Amino acid sequence: MKKFLALMLAALMMFALVACGGNNATNGNADETTTAAGTTDYSSIKMGLICLHDENSTYDANFIQAAEAASKELGFELVKKVNIPEDDSCAQAAEELAEDGCDIIFADSFGHETYMMTVAEEYPEVQFCHATGTNAKTSDMANYHNAFASIYEGRYLAGIAAGMKINEMIKEGKFTAEEAKMGYVGAYPYAEVISGYTSFYLGAKSVCPSVTMTVKYTNSWFDIALEKEAADALIGEGCILISQHADSEGAPKACEEKGVPNVAYNVNTINLGPTTAIISSKIDWTPYFKLIVEAVAKGEAIPDDWCGSIATGSVVLTELNEDVAAEGTQDAIDAAIKEFKEGTLKVFNTANFTVDGETLESYKADVVPDANFEKDTEVVSDGYFHESEMRSAPYFDIIIDGITA
Amino acid sequence: MADLTKKHEPLIRLSKNDDLAPWKAWCIRLGAVAVSILLCAGIVVLLTDINPIEFFKEMIDGSFGSTRKFFKMLQEVAILLCISLAVTPAFKMKFWNTGAEGQVLVGALATAACMKYLCNSISGLPLFLVMFICSVLAGMVWGIVPAFFKAHFKTNETLFTLMMNYIAIQLVAFMIAVWVPSGSQVVGVINRETKIGWLPDLFGQKYIINVIIVLVITLVIYIYLRYSKHGYEISVVGESENTARYIGINVKKVILRTMAVSGAICGIAGFLLVAGTDHSISTETAGGDGFTAIMVSWLAKFNPFVMMVTSFIISFLRIGAGEIASSFNLNESVAEILTGIIIFFIIGSEFFINYKVNFRTKQAKEHTEVKQIEESKEGTK
Repeated sequence: MKKFLALMLAALMMFALVACGGNNATNGNADETTTAAGTTDYSSIKMGLICLHDENSTYDANFIQAAEAASKELGFELVKKVNIPEDDSCAQAAEELAEDGCDIIFADSFGHETYMMTVAEEYPEVQFCHATGTNAKTSDMANYHNAFASIYEGRYLAGIAAGMKINEMIKEGKFTAEEAKMGYVGAYPYAEVISGYTSFYLGAKSVCPSVTMTVKYTNSWFDIALEKEAADALIGEGCILISQHADSEGAPKACEEKGVPNVAYNVNTINLGPTTAIISSKIDWTPYFKLIVEAVAKGEAIPDDWCGSIATGSVVLTELNEDVAAEGTQDAIDAAIKEFKEGTLKVFNTANFTVDGETLESYKADVVPDANFEKDTEVVSDGYFHESEMRSAPYFDIIIDGITA
Repeated sequence: MADLTKKHEPLIRLSKNDDLAPWKAWCIRLGAVAVSILLCAGIVVLLTDINPIEFFKEMIDGSFGSTRKFFKMLQEVAILLCISLAVTPAFKMKFWNTGAEGQVLVGALATAACMKYLCNSISGLPLFLVMFICSVLAGMVWGIVPAFFKAHFKTNETLFTLMMNYIAIQLVAFMIAVWVPSGSQVVGVINRETKIGWLPDLFGQKYIINVIIVLVITLVIYIYLRYSKHGYEISVVGESENTARYIGINVKKVILRTMAVSGAICGIAGFLLVAGTDHSISTETAGGDGFTAIMVSWLAKFNPFVMMVTSFIISFLRIGAGEIASSFNLNESVAEILTGIIIFFIIGSEFFINYKVNFRTKQAKEHTEVKQIEESKEGTK
């Protein structure tokens, strides 16, 4: 017993020493909210940012980097609240930011929405903005707003890169065209994720018609171990390329270990997978942050429900990893971007996919939020599914042929 | 055996310390908290160049920085205290209920279900009564099931209650999947526009009703354990089941009844979390308080009034650690590390309360008691 105690004490002291000493070198995590000298007009504006996780999550890191970039550019003050779960803590954080004098409060996770709305009612003079939410368009609150982007177009472009890589591998004789099966690690089985992987799949299918895809859900936004496990399992089932819509580095790491190509989301993963990462699609939130701060500074109204696009600079692709990507990928992507800008390319063109073997002629989506999740709006017309046009947040929630979910 | 006079005396020798005065014990505990906070401050200051004074200021600010923070802190203390009170009768009976988490969750689920399904038919006091009764019953069932198997089949209650937690979590996940067919698994605020089934604000503050209800429960549990026949039976069963049987106590009945009480109070905590705090439900609603409560109850030696203090201390430190992490832009893990250090010291201090640490002295003579005692640095002087 006494030896055990002495050992414990020694271990504790060692730990304390190592903990203190080791990290001394990485000092200098100074407050990054200080703004650079920008236009003086915005210096009196204060924006609060509520994040579900912190910089370790690729999803939240994407918001934090964009907010910091916008703050640096315009010179407004930025206050961050990270690791805010989707419960009363979100209301608490929002109230605290409002009391702190924030003019705008922005929350980044789907589950934050109703708490943001509750607090928005209490602080009518503060603007509340929420990414991925569904209520602002149909609610009559003047100070509550939603925003999202047509990321399905970005996913489609990333899908083209995936399809070209698959074609290259087929040509190299690694597998036959019939064996071309992709794997996808998704977070939750709902519209945002389904819309994302369907557009990715359609992108790949546009260059490699025989491709199929299997989806595995983790039922969590951020779980490194689960995401890695799911990717490993998909690879084990014979998937020859992996993509994901979950917020950790789990899947890209699994791919690098197994040497399987990966297409990522929200963040450049080339450093995680120098020999496997192809490209990432992401939403750049900087244009939206600038838009809302400028609106508040000018006393203008923030759009109720804003949907960014390739044209607004909101939907972007990260650097293409030339070492991994197939030849001609960049050209194919550029050509598709041009078509998107001209409006000639529609991701959810009903001629390009079938549901249970049939062409989708008509579909009612749940666009207006209600307690019963009623499918209320016709979204198929003119030969395509009108994703993100009735409302910024995605509502494509159909499992199409070729995808096993 | 060899000659005792030649026996080597160890450098550190431990002896059981049964008669430590309560005030001394509390000095040791508070000393441990103080040392742990100093260590936390040291680590944070070394890691980040943050001024130590700022560190303590933020720590206090977390709970007392504004009226809103103060009432939020009261709410956290109230919930933690409520769950601690819930586990206490069972603990006094030496029934190791590690299932408070699940018992709270099913209570919360019952409340949420009432809010969802009954909001169109009833509201106001009748709805609150139904919500309350349903949560109590749900918690009770979750408590009685392991108690039944313990009483009749001598199953291990620690494992049984622990596994019941997982069933509760899956049950909540299942109901969420039913309620949210879109698949996002986000219930969101229930009855946000109508506020039906929300405990009202009192004196312009949220959470006041939570606090009042928990205060009442504290008083009731104190009286129940101390002055009622049931309370007496619980202590006897806890001391020795055979004694209890000998003096004619129906041990099985006491186990079932006590766990029903435990579960019922957990159910109330679930009710307060949904109706009075989150107005929503997720698998994280109990948030680990079901386990923290074990420590709160234990540290307070099962005294409900002392639990008010221990639950305050734990909540205060936990909130403070979170506040430090957030206001200095540190990673969330820092808050967890700090909380971990503090809890390590608090639990560790119990060791120095239960044992004396004796160091070898040069003049020490064999066969005589070592009178010169040096307490550890955490000890009293």
